Amino acid sequence: MNRQTADHATLADKFNENEPRVNWHDETLWWVRAKRDKQAWSIPEWEQLREAASQIKLNVLGNLHGYLLQFEQQARQNGAIIHWAADAAEHNEIVTAILKQHGVKRMVKSKSMLTEECHLNPHLQANGIEVIDTDLGERIVQLADEPPSHIVLPCIHKKKEEIGELFHEHLGTPAGNADPQLLTAAARAHLRKEFLASRAAITGVNFAVAETGEMVVCTNEGNADMGAHLADVHIACMGIEKIIPQRKHLGVFLRLLARSATGQPITTYSSHFRTPVPGKELHIVLVDNGRSRQLGREDFRNSLKCIRCGACMNTCPVYRRSGGHSYHTAVAGPIGAILAPNLDMKDYADLPFASTLCGSCSNVCPVKIDIHQQLYKWRQVLVKEGHTTAGKTAGMKMMSAVLSKPGTFKRAGKMGRWVMRAFPGMVNNRLNPWYKQRDMPAPPKQSFAEWYAANEEKK
Amino acid sequence: MKVGLFIPCYIDQFYPQVGIATLQLLRKLGCEVEYPQGQTCCGQPMANSGYEHLTHQCNSLFIEHFAGYDYIVGPSGSCVLHIREHLHDAEQEPAAAGIRSRIYELTEFLTDVLKVTSLPARFPCKVGLHQSCHGQRGLGLAQMSELVAAPFSKPLQLLQMVDGVELVELDRKDECCGFGGTFCVTEEAVSVKMGKDRVADHVKHGATVITGTDVSCLMHLEGILRRGHQPVKVMHIAEILNQTTDEQANS
Amino acid sequence: MMSSRDKILSAVKMNQPEQVALPSLDGLRGAMPATLDAYRKVLESLGGSLFEISDEKEIPALLAQHYPEMKRVIAATSGERSWIHEDPHMLEDVDMAVIRGQWAVAENGAVWVTEEEAPVRVLPFICQHLAIVISRERILATMHDAYEKIGLPLTGFGVFIAGPSKTADIEQSLVLGAHGAKSLVVFAL
Repeated sequence: MNRQTADHATLADKFNENEPRVNWHDETLWWVRAKRDKQAWSIPEWEQLREAASQIKLNVLGNLHGYLLQFEQQARQNGAIIHWAADAAEHNEIVTAILKQHGVKRMVKSKSMLTEECHLNPHLQANGIEVIDTDLGERIVQLADEPPSHIVLPCIHKKKEEIGELFHEHLGTPAGNADPQLLTAAARAHLRKEFLASRAAITGVNFAVAETGEMVVCTNEGNADMGAHLADVHIACMGIEKIIPQRKHLGVFLRLLARSATGQPITTYSSHFRTPVPGKELHIVLVDNGRSRQLGREDFRNSLKCIRCGACMNTCPVYRRSGGHSYHTAVAGPIGAILAPNLDMKDYADLPFASTLCGSCSNVCPVKIDIHQQLYKWRQVLVKEGHTTAGKTAGMKMMSAVLSKPGTFKRAGKMGRWVMRAFPGMVNNRLNPWYKQRDMPAPPKQSFAEWYAANEEKK
Repeated sequence: MKVGLFIPCYIDQFYPQVGIATLQLLRKLGCEVEYPQGQTCCGQPMANSGYEHLTHQCNSLFIEHFAGYDYIVGPSGSCVLHIREHLHDAEQEPAAAGIRSRIYELTEFLTDVLKVTSLPARFPCKVGLHQSCHGQRGLGLAQMSELVAAPFSKPLQLLQMVDGVELVELDRKDECCGFGGTFCVTEEAVSVKMGKDRVADHVKHGATVITGTDVSCLMHLEGILRRGHQPVKVMHIAEILNQTTDEQANS
Repeated sequence: MMSSRDKILSAVKMNQPEQVALPSLDGLRGAMPATLDAYRKVLESLGGSLFEISDEKEIPALLAQHYPEMKRVIAATSGERSWIHEDPHMLEDVDMAVIRGQWAVAENGAVWVTEEEAPVRVLPFICQHLAIVISRERILATMHDAYEKIGLPLTGFGVFIAGPSKTADIEQSLVLGAHGAKSLVVFAL
């Protein structure tokens, strides 16, 4: 798998080498945002719904311990087998062990960002188990040997012609044919064979109800159901924050999820899995992987309210113009940028800075996560923890010194403007990132303070 | 009513005419305005870069200069938002809290405190309004397109009082321009692309002047316009609201 | 040594904030009408179609008219139940499945179906085309109403189905018939 290692700015710079493609990416996602707006406006009580969802999730965070125990007990009563994984490695081992125990060599998986976060696929592959991703978008990026670039629209960065070529190579569709109808039909035929042959299926979980021990999985394609109902072993992998208290709360979340995600009133299938069919097995893997730590960070715990709708990505002007891969983490975009530093501050120190703090994300968020405020707060934490460069710190200290002393500020400003007028080449050069594609403002002879002193104070 | 005029550092250094227009406009509307000499910066450039801990001297200076005023008014939504959200000082917290509650961005001061209903201004141009994010979503200067809520816009409300102004509709009425403080240099490629797209939206709809409540955004858009040799002008909203004659508009 | 379960639970207990009360769900219903017309409009926007019937006996003729190519039809609504005992994989060649739905939701076109109505869980997904029979008396306005009516689960599996299976993963072009039923027809009694 081609995993990116450079930082966001470098990867975004590369993404921007092809401007027409950036325009296409931006417009495609803006269109999804517009569809979301249309659906939201069709619900006059939209803002109350968001508030209710946010409050339900806040209640969950405050009683997660109790709800997890309740869920575990209910799910066991339902006949499910519960596993607990402290981290990604343990999650991967648990899943591998279940599959090995059943002698599974090849199996289907529907969309689960958690398994992406845990890098389950390469782990299974290393253990001789082939995973077939069955969400069309995920299958496409899997064939291309790439990670998904968006949590809801995994191959939104790919043009249909590229997908046509991939399918020609891997599925034998006619060369040069990029018709979405034909390509989808080919994927349907190809993946039906996999569903019918697979004895195990992995799915993600959208919501887990403490009250009933059931899990709700939402798809448009029907792939989670095709996999889970045909297999002997269903493994559902979920982060511990997916719990909601009661069944009736699903009403709130299912009204918000698809409308926020893709601008549909609801996903085609909202499947409620409670008990395994007699003779079959249902395994539920509850994964922490840093979530309990994030729960303890007062400024950041609200990020655990996320229902993975992707609305913050679609609305983010930076995401739309840098692409999901520039975030080099499983969950891209604004929400990814506040989740990832919890997993590894050093590796993801760049992400909270990949934002203008415009605040659009926080206001489309169906559970009202204060995403842009958390981006600001992560910046403070990352700098304090030393995840910054010496050069940046020196620059900031210098700036602070100048701005802290009115006299110094005045002299520095005067000198700066004089230099800009006398030697424009000092600032207007390729070393100044501002100047690369933008002109500098024309420096005036007088600052406002000087004008005021000359014109107002002498009166 | 004594108003302390807050002129952010980059306006002071690069756009003194915006400070002058703000001062004149406030006086024209009957305010007693003073500019406390020695003010520097709100501290936002450091804070947004993760160095909020380096801003305490900026904070003390700010309190020193502005604690004595009934209102503090500045022609920058972003800087005003920073003060409103982040001005703290352990040694003089009540003074800091007082300033946080008495600081206003220019247009909201006009609509909410002075309750201006008419302006003696004329500006016969096709104007595009750039809704700066910190003013709009942070200070609530205008309703944001993300919410299912009744629309309003304080800057627009004021522009509509100006004789001759023809406002253009944009495809994306509140998309960020990509300035973002140090983002504009650390994420140069995305920042410029965002700015180019904003400019294109205004140009497509025939704006000859782009205006807004934040000079930082406008400086970024102006830099892109000038590099592209585009004839569109960039003006702070105070300059338009302070225009009285056609001659001035054409100057 | 502490198990991962205990480690996670104790970390959660230690780090969770003070609990706040659950919000009331009253007043979230808006003004969505619970009518057949409202339901039909949304269903059609999802790519489904609706026929008003006065007797279930009308269904075979309507299906034959609109789906002339069908070979294997399973009507879970009928007394013919032998397919229930087959290996579910054998349902792969089902062209049309007819099932009952318990409740229909006007705001999003969804129909609530459980194991009661589809005793083999995979049936509504594996069939090439799906028909659901609903009662027009059982159309509800919103999902809040739906969960109120459904109550707590009585079966091991239940699903809201809203329209045919679909995907827009390729350049956001909507294609019906991803992995599940390629079309959905709802008969309203």
